[in-house]
Amino acid sequence: MSLDYIYPPYEVVRNAQRCVDCGICIGQCATGVHFRDKKTGALRADESKCVDCQRCVCFCPTHALKIVPTDNAFRNNGNWPARTITEIYRQAASGGVLLSSMGSSKDYPIYWDKLLINASQVTNPPIDPLREPMETRVFLGKKPTDVRRDAEGKLICDLPPQLELKLPILFSAMSYGSISYNAHAALAQAARDLGTCYNTGEGGLHEDFYAYGPNTIVQVASGRFGVHTDYLNAGAAIEIKMGQGAKPGIGGHLPGKKVNGDISRTRMIPEGADAISPAPHHDIYSIEDLRQLVDSLKVATNYQKPVIVKVAAVHNIAAIASGIARSGADIIAIDGMRGGTGAAPTRIRDNVGIPIELALAAVDQRLRDEGIRDQVSIIAGGSIRSSADLVKAIALGADAVYIGTAALLAMGCHLCRTCQSGLCSWGIATQREDLVARLDPQEARRRLVHLLTAWDHELKEMMGGMGINSIEALRGNRLMLRGVGLTQKELDILGVRHAGE
Amino acid sequence: MVIQAKNLLSPQLNEYIRASADRDIEVDALFGQRYLACGSSGRHFILRGTPGNGLGQYLNGSTVEVYGNCQEAVGDTMNEGTIVIHGSCGDACGYAMRGGSIFIEGNVGYRAGIHMKSYLDKAPLLVVGGTAGSFLGEYQAGGTIVVLDLDGTGTPVGNFCGMGMYGGKIFLRGDRLPALPDRLLVREADAADRAELSPILAQFCDRFGLDQAKVEDAPFHVLTPDSANPYRQLYVTNIV
Amino acid sequence: MVREGNVRIPSGCAISGLFSKKGTPVSGDRIVRSIAVMHDRSNGLGGGFAGYGIYPDHKDHYALHIFYDSQTAREECERYLERYFDIINLSKIPTRKMAAITDEPLIWRYFVAPLPHRLSDSQLDEREFVARRVIRVNSSIDGAYIFSSGKNMGVFKAVGYPEDVGRFYRLEDYEGYCWTAHGRYPTNTPGWWGGAHPFALLDCSVVHNGEISSYDANRRAIEMHGYRCTLQTDTEVITYILDYLVRRKGMTMEEAAHVMAAPFWDTIERLPAEEKARMTYLRSAFSSFLVTGPFSILVGFEGGLMALNDRLKLRSMVVGERDDMVYIASEEAAIRVIQPELDRVWSPKGGEPMIVTLDKDVKGGAPA
Repeated sequence: MSLDYIYPPYEVVRNAQRCVDCGICIGQCATGVHFRDKKTGALRADESKCVDCQRCVCFCPTHALKIVPTDNAFRNNGNWPARTITEIYRQAASGGVLLSSMGSSKDYPIYWDKLLINASQVTNPPIDPLREPMETRVFLGKKPTDVRRDAEGKLICDLPPQLELKLPILFSAMSYGSISYNAHAALAQAARDLGTCYNTGEGGLHEDFYAYGPNTIVQVASGRFGVHTDYLNAGAAIEIKMGQGAKPGIGGHLPGKKVNGDISRTRMIPEGADAISPAPHHDIYSIEDLRQLVDSLKVATNYQKPVIVKVAAVHNIAAIASGIARSGADIIAIDGMRGGTGAAPTRIRDNVGIPIELALAAVDQRLRDEGIRDQVSIIAGGSIRSSADLVKAIALGADAVYIGTAALLAMGCHLCRTCQSGLCSWGIATQREDLVARLDPQEARRRLVHLLTAWDHELKEMMGGMGINSIEALRGNRLMLRGVGLTQKELDILGVRHAGE
Repeated sequence: MVIQAKNLLSPQLNEYIRASADRDIEVDALFGQRYLACGSSGRHFILRGTPGNGLGQYLNGSTVEVYGNCQEAVGDTMNEGTIVIHGSCGDACGYAMRGGSIFIEGNVGYRAGIHMKSYLDKAPLLVVGGTAGSFLGEYQAGGTIVVLDLDGTGTPVGNFCGMGMYGGKIFLRGDRLPALPDRLLVREADAADRAELSPILAQFCDRFGLDQAKVEDAPFHVLTPDSANPYRQLYVTNIV
Repeated sequence: MVREGNVRIPSGCAISGLFSKKGTPVSGDRIVRSIAVMHDRSNGLGGGFAGYGIYPDHKDHYALHIFYDSQTAREECERYLERYFDIINLSKIPTRKMAAITDEPLIWRYFVAPLPHRLSDSQLDEREFVARRVIRVNSSIDGAYIFSSGKNMGVFKAVGYPEDVGRFYRLEDYEGYCWTAHGRYPTNTPGWWGGAHPFALLDCSVVHNGEISSYDANRRAIEMHGYRCTLQTDTEVITYILDYLVRRKGMTMEEAAHVMAAPFWDTIERLPAEEKARMTYLRSAFSSFLVTGPFSILVGFEGGLMALNDRLKLRSMVVGERDDMVYIASEEAAIRVIQPELDRVWSPKGGEPMIVTLDKDVKGGAPA
């Protein structure tokens, strides 16, 4: 091995008093950290391979293991932190583009944590959701502008196609390929149990999952993998992926080594070949072209499916959203810069785009200024971490939210951020059969259902506290929010007042 | 069923076609109406005039014959079927097509066959009688593109032909090659290539009443990518 | 709502143009029928036209088309114009009341000639003198906006679908040897008519389809030379770049096109030596005016018309010829609808300008 100047960032600490020498850690480690000394047979660890996925820690029967950050340190330097120095070493050694996984780990402001939620006192009664009706069902889609009547004066009640969800949370796009078959199975089944939708991502729809069509959003991205008329007609809605919060402005790339037989069938590409999604849709170079793609999808599905256009939150997101609203799309999904990914160039993940909170507030306000907010629904994503984030997103103006990272965590992800290696020890972001088998779809499904059920309940508790018993009454209700520690500019963009005002 | 399209808007025209029980659909006097035969299977279309963008998008088995020039995004994301154009065609023709054939008698615009891909028995085919614009076969992942330059302009394709190509094959007729990007393998067509090409040309010549022997009597170059994994060396893992 | 000019509104679009090389007058009705075919490429939030050769009776006078928000603005603007120009004729531009076109401003037309002593005192050439007055009105008289200022040409634009805009302005009553048209698809509601295309300065008018990604680099570069981008639109900055390169620096339209849509260095490397040196010079010396991102533009000027695509050709554009007529449009259907029989149809390559001018023996032809 060549000298790479990089000292392992984590240390494996094995408590000798507790260790019973069972060797389970060896079997559980997907990256080959744990091994037995050839001469003595004693358990050892090669920490250079450790990604701190916590698998061995969780499976050690005697809690003998812990993974801790190393206290080895470069000479302290405010301008050149260890992360920056190490990245330069990596690139000097390889000539490669730095590639990272999951959402940005940089400490950009998290506006959710600077917003506080209101509750009723005296002037208006709070509601107890356990014993009073409390509605969180949503219908996403275009709303009609005119009331029409037939010859007899009866209302004509046909609506443009709607996506009906029992709760305002959807699983965001994660392709089969970036995550495993078992992970997809769990998401599909949980979506059905919950009355919501999961999203195929740009990976096509596995033949086994057509059965979950009413709970599936089928994605059309720039590579058009697995896209054909049956696929388009299989889902409850079609999503055009224009961009992703973690990597605005660039395409995707599933390395050939992950394109195994099943994935190759689902994406409809040869085994072992890279699956490259171009940065743009090459039939969309302008806003009127987006209308063309939206219309063509509607024609191909006989106007039965709502069309979602997903975009990354970028600087002029408000104008972009306004253009999308006028393009015939039914739903806009906005993905903030802290959103997750299977792999993205580090520099793009950490430097391109804007936070979802600001983007959502700007879009909702712009669409209202132009009187077209009812022409589209808004789904916000890009790091919704709890039901509190959810409540705040809806109060800022979202109709519903997408969750990706939170869903992965529910299934066992420990955010070690090495998805791109394909060696996910939790069986999620991997295609290696033995690793995939570690994820029990039924258990993962239960955990997903638990998470969303709990969030829905918390949502109802907070709504009840505000005296609101229907989710529509929370949407865009920014008086229910107050900011703390925000500048006037930030408050203006968020359209909320400061706490105490 | 024969439809006069002159004064019809795209949605009306597509609704007439959808509602028709006929297998054979003939549309005359087209002026830019979009999404014709979009997602269609099991039908036969004869179109006259200038069909609009998105002709045969997601096409799923139908046959489309056009007498006139076509615009943008013909056969976009097409899965199966045949499009024959007695005329020329605009940009992004055959984008991401996975199966079926497109035969163009005249020229094709920029980015023809971009991101074409093949899968098992599905092997998309794009044959151009005239010349192609720049970025022919960009990101091509599978299938076959043939450009014949039958008028002998000497420049069958524009710039950046096969840029980022990682699968499939491009045949260019003529003795002069354009400047090509790195990572492409170029060779004169050998006997095996010609054997592969011959039935394709037979179909093309049959469609447009050309003498196949004459068309074949010219040098052909074959372009293929040097790797199906072009970006393997591009990245370095950075766990942060 | 923030008015266009205080906010940048990206737009997509459709464009169409026609040109008679023999200078034969063509009714404005034809260009309206052409652009109407591309209805789906615009969204009803902007349409407009430019006609050349439409004012033969006033061909030596600058025709100023002006939007006014109020009578007060009109009075102030007229007082200003009278200080610098001899106003030969003034009138409201005839329009037709239509349900599809609302919120119209006051729309006036003036045929003017610079006052000789003002012009000589200014030590400017006539066109520069007029251009400065126009820029001055647009940047400093509140509620007045000169949207057309050339000789024997005129711009007509509004918020609406282009076919409605054409009927609103009664374009069937005008005849010109050249017409351009635009249907706009902005990503926002421009409440204001000035933001529609074409954008024009003197006789140079531009219609544009696409959204350029180099906008602010180009804007900051051109503003060094006395221009003020008050609309923040792509057409405005493109028009000023052309005005600067062609009128002020003396480039040909073709050279200006090679500055704005310069070839890739790879392509330049492969050119013959003399051409390589020329392209290298144009690209290096005027690098701030390289325009990137999708665009297809039609540039009308006295006696000519230029069509230009960005160097990657990210927008569609088709040219058709029939006898002495040249047609250019975003979609071929928009040509066929007014001229089903064409001698020749082709798509210009990215970055390669297509320039057509009046035949030399035509009066007003043989321009620089």
